[in-house]
Amino acid sequence: MIDTHNRTFRAGAVITGIMLLIILVGLVWTPYDPNAMNGAAKLASPSLAHLLGTDNFGRDIFSRVVQGAGATFLIAAVSVAAGLVIGVVLGGLTGWYGGWVDELLMRLNDTLTAFPSILLALVLIALFGSGKYNIIFALGLLFVPTFARIVRMEVAKQKELDYVRSARLMGVGSMRILFVHILPNIVPVLLSTIAISFNNAVLAEASMSYLGVGVQPPDPSLGRMLNEAQSYLLSAPWYALSSGVAIVLLVLGFGLLSEGLGGETDA
Amino acid sequence: MKKRLFALVLALAMTVALCACGGDKPSDQTADPTNTGSTGEKLTGGTLTVGIAADLDTSLDPHVSSSSAGTREVLFNIYEGLMKPDTEGNLIPAVAESCTVNETADVYTYTLREGVKFHNGADVTVGDVVYSLTRAAGLETGEPLVGEVKGIASVEATDDRTVVVTLKAPDAEFNAYMSVAIIPQDVDPNDSPVGTGPFRFVSHIAQDSVVLEKFDEYWGQGAYLDQVILKVIPDPQTLVMSLRSGAIDLACHLDATQIANMADMTVMEGSSNVIQALYLNHDFAPFADERVRQALCYAVDKQAVIDLAMDGHGTPVGTSMLSTLGRYAMPELADYYKPDVEKAKALLKEAGYENLSFTITVPSNYASHVGTAQVLVEQLKAAGVDAKIDLVDWNTWLTETYQGRNFEATVSGFDSHSLSATGCLARFQSESGKNFINFKNDDYDAAYAAAVSSLNADEQTALFKQCETILAETAANVYLQDMSTFAVMQSDVGGFVYYPALYIMDLATLYRIG
Amino acid sequence: MGTIAKKTGTLLLTLLLVSAMAFLAFQIIPGDPVTKILGTDYTPERAATLRHELGLEGDLSARYLRWLAGFITGDFGISYSYMKPVRQVMQGKLAVTAALSVLSWLLVLLFSIPLGIALARYHKGVFARAAATVNQVFMAVPPFFIGILFTYLFGLLLKWFVPGKFVPFSESFWGCLGYLFFPALAIAIPKAAKTARLLVSSIMGEMQKDYVRTAYSRGNSRWMVIRTHVLRNALLPVVTYLAMSLADIVAGSIIVEQVFVVPGIGRLLVASIASRDFPVALTIVVIIAALVVFMNYVADLVTQFIDPRVRLS
Repeated sequence: MIDTHNRTFRAGAVITGIMLLIILVGLVWTPYDPNAMNGAAKLASPSLAHLLGTDNFGRDIFSRVVQGAGATFLIAAVSVAAGLVIGVVLGGLTGWYGGWVDELLMRLNDTLTAFPSILLALVLIALFGSGKYNIIFALGLLFVPTFARIVRMEVAKQKELDYVRSARLMGVGSMRILFVHILPNIVPVLLSTIAISFNNAVLAEASMSYLGVGVQPPDPSLGRMLNEAQSYLLSAPWYALSSGVAIVLLVLGFGLLSEGLGGETDA
Repeated sequence: MKKRLFALVLALAMTVALCACGGDKPSDQTADPTNTGSTGEKLTGGTLTVGIAADLDTSLDPHVSSSSAGTREVLFNIYEGLMKPDTEGNLIPAVAESCTVNETADVYTYTLREGVKFHNGADVTVGDVVYSLTRAAGLETGEPLVGEVKGIASVEATDDRTVVVTLKAPDAEFNAYMSVAIIPQDVDPNDSPVGTGPFRFVSHIAQDSVVLEKFDEYWGQGAYLDQVILKVIPDPQTLVMSLRSGAIDLACHLDATQIANMADMTVMEGSSNVIQALYLNHDFAPFADERVRQALCYAVDKQAVIDLAMDGHGTPVGTSMLSTLGRYAMPELADYYKPDVEKAKALLKEAGYENLSFTITVPSNYASHVGTAQVLVEQLKAAGVDAKIDLVDWNTWLTETYQGRNFEATVSGFDSHSLSATGCLARFQSESGKNFINFKNDDYDAAYAAAVSSLNADEQTALFKQCETILAETAANVYLQDMSTFAVMQSDVGGFVYYPALYIMDLATLYRIG
Repeated sequence: MGTIAKKTGTLLLTLLLVSAMAFLAFQIIPGDPVTKILGTDYTPERAATLRHELGLEGDLSARYLRWLAGFITGDFGISYSYMKPVRQVMQGKLAVTAALSVLSWLLVLLFSIPLGIALARYHKGVFARAAATVNQVFMAVPPFFIGILFTYLFGLLLKWFVPGKFVPFSESFWGCLGYLFFPALAIAIPKAAKTARLLVSSIMGEMQKDYVRTAYSRGNSRWMVIRTHVLRNALLPVVTYLAMSLADIVAGSIIVEQVFVVPGIGRLLVASIASRDFPVALTIVVIIAALVVFMNYVADLVTQFIDPRVRLS
C-alpha cells in the first residue's frame, strides 16, 4: 500500500511540476503574444512555427493554452487559498469554543453541502455576475464549508488530547494553542483536501467558462477556449484537444498528489 | 398619385450587397443571391427546422415587440400590415388592395383586399384595421406602441372596405410604416398571436422551439412548407454544429468565420442589413467628450476588423445608414477617420483621458459581435485604451443595455424598421425612446425634423444625408460595417431570399427540393 | 425504527433550510423585477397587478411561506422572461434530465463494479496496472470535454448520432434513449472511474484485516477470498457513494446537456441564470438540492440496512 501511494505521489508531483514550470515560464515568456491576432495565419495546423496551430483570429494556440492554464491555475489557487484561510479560522474557532454558534454554523455547513459545487457556483454567479474576480469569490466561498468542517472536527478531537491539556495548564493562550499547537497537527489532513478542492476549482472554473458565465474574453481560460474551439472541431480539432488536455493534466496531477497523500478520490 | 407613392420608396442600386473582397477565399462557398441552390424540383409540403440565435421576446404582440430583430423576423411570417415589403425593396399592398394619397401627403386612403382571413378563420374587417392602427398609434392611450406611426392623427372607416388615415403632419414616406400588423380586435395578441400572414403560430416552448404551420386560407401565394420548427440555439458554436450534423435545415445570420467546412451545403451571402458599430453611451463621462469618441474612431481600423473577425466579408460604413438604402447611403463617410494611432493618442491626451478604460457589453449569442469586440480590444490597446469585454445574454442586453441604457459601450448591430431612411436615423433624435446612446445634438434634431416634413424628395434626401454627416463628424459611435451575412442550408432546401434593407426571414418562399 | 424517524426529521429540517437558503439568496439580488418587466413607462395599477401576479407582496417571511406552499403543491411561480408559469416553462424538461441521469447512473453501475473487482483481483498484473493508470486519467477528464470528443468522433466523423438532434420520448422511445446514451456515457466515465477506484481501495483495505488472513490460511485462493468474504464488506462504502452520486450526476448533466443540446432542466437553468429569470432558476436549484439531500438520506438508510454495525452505533 505505502509504496503504491508513493509512486502515485511521485507521478502526481512530476505532472504538476511540469505543468507549473510551463505556467511559470508562461508568465514571463510565451512564443507569441497570446492575444496578438494575425489575419495571415488563421486556423493554421500545428507546425514548428505554431506548435499547436493557430485559432480563428490567427492567435498562437500554444501561447494561449499556456496562458489559459496559468489563469485557470491562478483562479483555482486563489479561491482555494481564500476558502482555506476563512475555513480554518471559522472551523478552528467553532471547534474550540463549541456552543450555539458552532451548532448554527455546522447546520449551515450541512445545508451548503447539499448543493453540488457547480450548482452553488452558478447560483453565486447569478447573484454577483460573471467575470474572473466573481468566479474567484464564488469558488472561494464554496470551499469555506469544506475546510471549516474538517478543521472543526479535528480541533474538537485534538482539544481533548494530553498535549493540549498540558499547554492549557501551563497558561498558554487559547489562540496560541489553537493556531500554533493544534493547527500544525491538522496539516496532513488538510493537504489532501486542498488538492481535491483545487481540482474541483479547476473543473468548476472550466465548466462555467465553458458555459459562458465564467471568465470573459479576451481574458484567457481553458474552459472558454474549449467553448470557442467547438466551432472548429472539424477544421482545427487540435484547438479543442489541446485546451482539453491541459485541463486533464492539471486535474490529473493534483488528483494523483491527493491520492498519494492518502486522501479520498472525490470530495 | 399612386405612381409617385410606389416610386418614392426606394431606389435600390445594389439589390443585395455582394462582397467580392478577399480573393484568397475558398471557392466552394461562392455566394450568389439569385441562385437559390435548386437543382431538383420544388416540393410542396414538408417540415423545415430552422435554427435561431435568440429566443422570442416575452410578448409576441406585434405592436410591442419592436425592439428585438430576432422576434420581428419571425413575426414577419405571422402578421401583415396594410402594406408589406417585397424582395425588390418596394412596398406592395397586403391586407390593403390599394392606397391613394392626397396632394399634401397627409391623408392616406386604403381599400381593403377582399377575402383576407385571420388565422382564427375570421374575415378581416375595417373594424380590425381601425382597431390595429389606433392601438399601434396609441390614439386612445396617448402612448404610441409603435413609434413609427406616432404621426397618425386619426383613423376612420368610411365604408366597409375603406379606411382613411389622417396624419398630424405631411409625411411622404408614411406607407413605409404601414407594415404595422393588422390584428383582430377581439383577440389579445399576448394570449395567442393571430395575424393574416402565410404562417400560423402553433406553439412556443421557452428556450427550446417555436412551431409555425402553413395557413391554408392565406390570401396570396401561400407557403410551400406545411410546418416550420424554429429551434432556439443561443450558443453560436452549437448552432454551427447542429447545422453540420443535420439537426437543423437552415440558419440565417451566420458570419464568415462560421461557414468553414460547409462544403456539401448551400451557402448564400447577402447583406444582413445591420449596421454594426461600437455604440457609445454619451452619458458615460469620457464619451461625452467628442474628442474621446473621435480618438476611438482613429484607433479602430474597420477593414482590419472585417478581415480578422469576418474573414473579409462586410462593407465598411461611417454612419448609421445601410449601404442597401442606396439613395441615402454615403459610402464616402466610411473613410472619414483614417486609422491613425498617434492621432488617437493625441486626442485622448488633449481630452485628459490618456488612460481611458471602459467596458464593452456584448450579447454573447452573436458570434460576430463577440469576435469583433475581441479585435477592437486589441486595436484599442495599441492606442493605450484599456477596454474590457462583458458578455451578456440577449435578454440582459435588451433590458439592461438597450432599454436600461446602463452601459459604457456595446458592440451590436441595428437594422432598419422600415424601408425609409428614418428606420436608421430616427433613434438618434435627442428625445427618441430608442436613443439608447443618449446622443444629443440640436443640429441633428433640426435637420431630422426638416427632413421628415419635407415633401421634396431631393431636399429630403439632402437633409437625411446631413443627419448622417453629423453622426460621422461628431463620432456619435465608432461605426464599423454593414455586415455581410450568410444563410446556410442543407442541400435539399431552396427558396431562401434576402430582402434589401430589412431584417427579414421569409419562411413562405422556402421549399424542399425533391 | 426510532432512528429512522429521527433521520426523517433531520431530512425535513434540512430540506426546509435548503429551500429557505436558496429562496433568500435569490431575494437579495438588487433590482425590482416589476420595473424590469414593465420598462420605464407604466401606471401604478399595472405595477401593483404585476406585483400581485408575481407574488412579490408582503415581507420576506410572508413571501417565503407563500412560495413554499406553492412549491409543495407544484406551483413554482411565474417566469420573468416568459410571463408564464414556471411549471409550463419546465414542462417535459425534468423528465429528460431524469432519464439522462438515471441512464448515466446505470452505466456507472455497469462499468464500475466489475472493473473495480477485476482491478483488485489482478492487482499485480501488468494489464491491471495499465488499466489502473488509464482509470486515473479517466477520473481527471471533465465530462464536458468527453462530450466534445464524442461529438467530434461519434457525431461528426463516424456519424453514429446527429449532434443537436434530440429525439423526444413522444417520437421514439429507443431513439430518445439512443441519443441520450452519448451524454450519459460522457457523464458516467469519470464517475465510474472514481467508483471503481473507491472499490479497489475498499477491497484492498479489507484484505488487510484478520478474517482475511484466516480465510487465506484455510487455503482459499485470492479470488475465493475476495468473492466469498471481502466483497460484501468492501461494497458497503461503494453503495453509499453510488447512492450519493446520482445527485452529482444530475449536477453534471447541467453542463453536458449544453454540449449535446439536450432540452433538459440543465440548459434551462443556465439560460435562466444568464437571463436573470430567477423564479425558474430558484425552482431548478431547489429541486436539485432537495434531490441531493434526499439521496444522502437514502444512502444513510441503505448503509444502515446492510450493515448491522452501523445500526448498533
